[in-house]
Amino acid sequence: MSELLRNIIRLAVFILVQVYVLNKIPHLHKFITPYLYYLFILWLPFSVSRMGLLFVGFLTGLILDYFMMTPGLHAAACVLIAYVRPFVIGVLTPKDSSEFNYREPSPRAMQWTPYMVYVLILTVLHHGYMVFLEWLDVGNFLDFIIKVIATTGISMLMIFTVELIFPRRLKFRTNTA
Amino acid sequence: MRNIFLFIRRYFTFFTFLVLQAVSLWFLFNYNRFHRAKFLGLANEFTGRINTQYNFVEDYFTLKEENRRVHKMNDSLLNLLPLNFNRRDTSVQAYQDSIPYDTLGNYRRYLSRPATVVYNTVNADKNYIQLNRGSKDGITDNMAVVSSDGHVVGVVINVSPNFSQVMSLLHVQNTVSAALKKTGEIGTVEWDGNNPRIILMKKVPRTVEINKGDSVLTSPVSFNFPPHYLIGTIESSTVDAATGTYILKLRTAANFYNLQHVHVIENVEREEQVKLFNETRKKIEEVKRPPR
Repeated sequence: MSELLRNIIRLAVFILVQVYVLNKIPHLHKFITPYLYYLFILWLPFSVSRMGLLFVGFLTGLILDYFMMTPGLHAAACVLIAYVRPFVIGVLTPKDSSEFNYREPSPRAMQWTPYMVYVLILTVLHHGYMVFLEWLDVGNFLDFIIKVIATTGISMLMIFTVELIFPRRLKFRTNTA
Repeated sequence: MRNIFLFIRRYFTFFTFLVLQAVSLWFLFNYNRFHRAKFLGLANEFTGRINTQYNFVEDYFTLKEENRRVHKMNDSLLNLLPLNFNRRDTSVQAYQDSIPYDTLGNYRRYLSRPATVVYNTVNADKNYIQLNRGSKDGITDNMAVVSSDGHVVGVVINVSPNFSQVMSLLHVQNTVSAALKKTGEIGTVEWDGNNPRIILMKKVPRTVEINKGDSVLTSPVSFNFPPHYLIGTIESSTVDAATGTYILKLRTAANFYNLQHVHVIENVEREEQVKLFNETRKKIEEVKRPPR
């Protein structure tokens, strides 16, 4: 399967799961909204350029916005994490090892700890920014903090579970291929 | 000038980021409340189609709840039927009783309550149905039970606080007073314990013309059952040699295999009727006894 096709399917699956499963199930609490779709952006290949990341992120967010009737909200958050992603990867991994050996970020490619830190940073950024934009409309500060923490917690739990259930078998990239 | 271009070139990604952020926020704050429909108009066709497909599936999960709602609605409508009301002759009215009147002088004769079947058999020769309503909900013995489409199911014979036991039509000791829809002849409906889809109607005089497919309704002279509820349709007829009356085989209107929701119908005046009936009988017995 080509890289492009694989990512298009992945995007469709993430959006459908987000819209038709995670947004439909009764939430534990009004503060705890399970978000998983942005894992698509975290899973994009290393080879995508920074400009590409920005546009893919914008598009992902916009598609979800269309489904959830919140124009621009998720798009803004996705563009933010798509912009920050290369910096975080650069800090967390030695420049010349993983990026050339593996296609995309995964626990295998980056080791578990750096990978979870990478996920945590982007999750907090995504939720923080999104809840902040929502909060501009309504709410008080304590609600804002609690909501960011709770939503981040549930997202981390889900991403961790997803990584354990669906270990991506990524081929080690070699020169012979 | 050249430096400016170099600057822009150097931070091109960052500028793109800012532009996309600006576009997103512009969407968010411009379109948010009033223009949401306009923003979504473009993509509505697309998301709408996916949502429709999803709804096909989702509907199945809510069917049960929807079913319950419709059943409840049916029950409230059943209570409004004119059949449930009688007109009392007020010209000779001597006392005020407790049954509520409406402004036309109609008073309630039958009252319906919804219930759900929790246990049901068809295979024994004495079949009972258990309902999830009991004396707490005002169910008492001898109330009529009809299925959700208004077909006769049985009679309540025992109640506990939360449940009630119904003697199904498919019970060899069950007798229901019935009448032919076409001519109004009255007979009794029983079950011989053989086929759960076939019940018997007896005591119909031979003078009546019988056709296959005729409807048999509950009789207007029953204490338990409100009149004009469908019991079954005539399947075949034979003549009982001993009594010279018809034995009609009826196909049951209610499907006892898949009963789910039922209505329990109370005859509000049953007590009075039965009391009068018994007193009359006692009186006649006394009269018949030779005075000494």
